[in-house]
Amino acid sequence: MNNTPRLELQGMTKIYPSVIANDSIDLRIYPGEIHAVLGENGAGKSTLMKAIYGVVKPDRGRILWNGKPVVIQNPAHARKLGIGMVFQHFSLFETLTVTENIALAMDDSPRLEPLAERIRTVSADYGLPLDPERLVHSLSVGLRQRVEILRCLLQEPKLLIMDEPTSVLTPQAVRIMFDTLRRLAAEGCSILYISHKLDEIMELCHKATIIRGGKVTGYAKPAEETAASLARMMIGKELPICSGKRPVISGRKCLQVNDLSTKSADPFGTDLQAINFSVSEGEILGIAGISGNGQQELLYCLSGERLVDDKNLITIYDVPVGHLNPDQRRNLGLGFVPEERLGRGAVPGMSLTYNGILTAHRHGMVKNGLLRFRKAAEFAQQCITGFSVQCGSKDDPITSLSGGNMQKYITGREILQQPKLLIVSQPTWGVDVGAANVIRQAMIDLRNNGSAVLVVSEELDELFEICDRLIVLAQGRSSPSLQVQDTNKEEIGLWMSGMFPGGPKEKTPRTTTQEQDGYVC
Amino acid sequence: MDFAIFIKILIAAVAAGTPFVYAALGELVTEKSGVLNLGVEGMMLVGAITGFIAMAKTGSLLLAVGCGMTAGMLMAAIFGVLTLTLMANQVASGLALTIFGIGLSAFLGLKYTSIALPGIPELPIPLLSDIPVLGKLFFSYDILVYGSLALLAIVSWFLYKTRAGLILRGVGEAPKSAHALGYNVVRIRYIAVLFGGAMAGLGGVYLSVAYTPVWVEGMVAGRGWVSLALVVFATWRPLRVLFGAYLFGAITIAQFHIQGLGIDIPSQLLSMLPYLATILVLVVISRDLTAIRLNSPASLGITYHPENQ
Repeated sequence: MNNTPRLELQGMTKIYPSVIANDSIDLRIYPGEIHAVLGENGAGKSTLMKAIYGVVKPDRGRILWNGKPVVIQNPAHARKLGIGMVFQHFSLFETLTVTENIALAMDDSPRLEPLAERIRTVSADYGLPLDPERLVHSLSVGLRQRVEILRCLLQEPKLLIMDEPTSVLTPQAVRIMFDTLRRLAAEGCSILYISHKLDEIMELCHKATIIRGGKVTGYAKPAEETAASLARMMIGKELPICSGKRPVISGRKCLQVNDLSTKSADPFGTDLQAINFSVSEGEILGIAGISGNGQQELLYCLSGERLVDDKNLITIYDVPVGHLNPDQRRNLGLGFVPEERLGRGAVPGMSLTYNGILTAHRHGMVKNGLLRFRKAAEFAQQCITGFSVQCGSKDDPITSLSGGNMQKYITGREILQQPKLLIVSQPTWGVDVGAANVIRQAMIDLRNNGSAVLVVSEELDELFEICDRLIVLAQGRSSPSLQVQDTNKEEIGLWMSGMFPGGPKEKTPRTTTQEQDGYVC
Repeated sequence: MDFAIFIKILIAAVAAGTPFVYAALGELVTEKSGVLNLGVEGMMLVGAITGFIAMAKTGSLLLAVGCGMTAGMLMAAIFGVLTLTLMANQVASGLALTIFGIGLSAFLGLKYTSIALPGIPELPIPLLSDIPVLGKLFFSYDILVYGSLALLAIVSWFLYKTRAGLILRGVGEAPKSAHALGYNVVRIRYIAVLFGGAMAGLGGVYLSVAYTPVWVEGMVAGRGWVSLALVVFATWRPLRVLFGAYLFGAITIAQFHIQGLGIDIPSQLLSMLPYLATILVLVVISRDLTAIRLNSPASLGITYHPENQ
C-alpha cells in the first residue's frame, strides 16, 4: 500500500432545501482497502456516494483523486477516472438484455457481439456466471446485482462503490459477493462499502467511517470494535432490543391459505403455485424470501385488493373470504400494512387524522353517514402518543413525516384497532433503528395479547428476532413451516433460493423464445 | 368484386396510409424516448398548410417538404419547451398544441382555400414497374411513398441496431437510470420530440400536396389522432405501425367502393369501419402482455425532473 490515498474527501457538504444531507465530511481510502461507510437510513451515505460518482453536485468541499484535486462533472467523468458504482436501487433497464445494459454504461460504444463474449469470460472468471443474452426483467434480484457489478468490473475500476449491496441477497449470495470483493481488493481496487449492517462490516471491511445526521461521528477499524460500540457511533445510543415474547398457549387457527394459485396481473410478476400456510392466535408467522418471489401477489390476495376465484382458498376463522373486498375483510378483523406507505398505506395529501379515518372509520367515527371528527382526532392522537410519532400536529399532511414516523403511524393505526389478524409487509424498510424497534415491539405485544400476526420481510435478522414460525416463498411456491428455534439463517437462506422440500430448486438460466420477440419488427 | 378493383383498392390504400406512416413513425420515436406528444394532429395541420403554401408559391416539392418539416419541428419545439424545460404536463400540453395547430393552420390557409395544386407525379421504377399486376402494385408510386418506406427501414434500424437507438430506448424505459449513467435525458428527449414533429409535418405535406392536393381547413381530419392510436395498438413496433396504416387505408378505400356499389348500409356506419377494424385487428394481434411490456416505454408520459434525485 502506498501513502497517497486513492480518494480523499475534504469537507464535503451538500444542502437540500429542507435538510443538510452532508455536513463537511472528510474521508480517506487507500488502494486495496475495503472501507465501510456506516450509518442509518437517511444519514446521508447515499448522497455522499452520488457526489463522488458525479450524480449530484456538492455545495462545498474538495475531492482528491490519487492526490490531485478533481471536480467530478458527471458519471461518465467518474468512470473515466476509474470509479464504478453499484446502486442500491438498481439502475438497470428491464426490457433490455444484459449486454445492452452493460453497453449503455460503456463510454467507447462497443460492438455488442464481442462485448457479450467479454461478459461471458469476465463473469466466469470472477465466479459470477451470467448469460449475456437474457433480458434483465427475467433475472432474479441477485443476478441483477451481478449485472451491476460486472458493468463496473468490465471497466477495470480503481474504486468501486457498493451502496447497500446485500439488502437483497440470500446469505449464500452474500458469501459469493464477499469473495469477489476480497479478490478485487487484493488486486488493488479500493472499495467503498455502504451499509448499516454491523456484522457484515466487521467481517469484510478494513476501516470504517461512521456518519450520523450528515456528519462524521467517528473513524474505526471494524475488526477492533464490537457491534455495540459501532452501533453507539451510528445511532448515538445503545442498540435497542425488543423485550421478550411471552409464551402463549397456541390458540385457534385464524388465517388459513389452502393451495392458493393465481396468475400474476403483472406480466413480469410471479405466479403463485399452491401456496399453503396458516397463522394461529398468539403467534407471529414470518414469510421469508427475496422480493419478487410472489410476495406482492400473495399480499394482494390476502388483503382483498385482488379477489381469488375460489373463495375457500383463503379463510379467516373458517369463514371463506376469497371473494370479499378489503373493507369486508377488515370487518372480519383484518389489519393490513402494505409495503408502499404512500399511495397504498396512506393518502399523501391528507392529514394524519384523515388517514386515520381511512381504515379506522368502523370504530365509531361515522354516525348516520357523517364523520365524527372528535372521535377521529382522538384516535389520531392515540396513534401519535402510543407509537411516539414525531410530527407537528395531527392536522399536518402525512407527507411531512419521515419514512420511519410514517410507518409508525400507519402500523399504529392498524394495531390500535385491535385486529384479530394483522398482516404487515416489510415492516421496517427504510426505517431507522429506533422506529424499527417500536414497530417490532408493537407486533410482539399484539401477539402476546392473542392476535395472529403475519410478517412478510426480506430481513432475516428481523424475522428471527420476532417470529415464532417461518415459511419461505421462492418462485411463487411456499415452503413447509419451521419453528424459529429449530432452524438457522443458513437453512432459510438455502430455502430462499428454492431448495426446500417440494420447492422449485435452482433452475439453470435459459433464454426463452419469448425474449426474442422483443426484437422482431 | 373482381381482381382489378381489388388491386386498385390496394394501390389506393398505400397512398391513403402514407400520411399515417410518417406521423405514426415520428410519434413512435418520440414515445420511445418516454414523451407522449398528443399534438400530432396540430403538427400535421401546420405542416400541411406550410407545405401547401410553399408548393403553391414555388412549385418545388423539395421546398414544400422542407417547409412542412420545419413547421412541424417548430410546433414540436413549443411542446418540448413546455414539457421538457418547463416540465408542464405532457397530456395537457399536447392537447393544447393540437388546438393551437388547428387555429394556426386555418389562419395561415385563409387565402389558399380554393386553390388546387397539380399533385406530384408517380415515379415508376424502370423495368420493375413493367411486371404485370405486381409492377403496378409495388413499384409505381410517388416519391413520398417510397420515402415513407425508407423511413420505416431507418427507424427500425436506428432503434434496434444502433447505439443511439439503444440509448433512446433506455431513456424511455428508465430515465433515472439513464441519468445515473450520465446520459442527458432532456437533450435526448428534445431530439426525439423534434424528430416526431418533423415527421408529423411531412405527413401533413403528403396530404395537402400529394394525396388531395387542395387546401381545406382542418383537412387532416383526425388522422393525427389515428396515428397516435396506431402507435399504441401496434405496441410501439415500427412494422406493425406500417401494417396498421395500410390496413386503415385499405378499409377506408374499400368502404368508398362499397358506398359506390349502392349497398344499403348507412354511409355513416361504413365511415366508422376503418377505425373500428384497424383497432380491433391490432388489439387482437398485439394482445400478448409480455410483448406489450417489453416494447412499451415504461416512463411514457411521466414528466422527468432532473433535480429530483
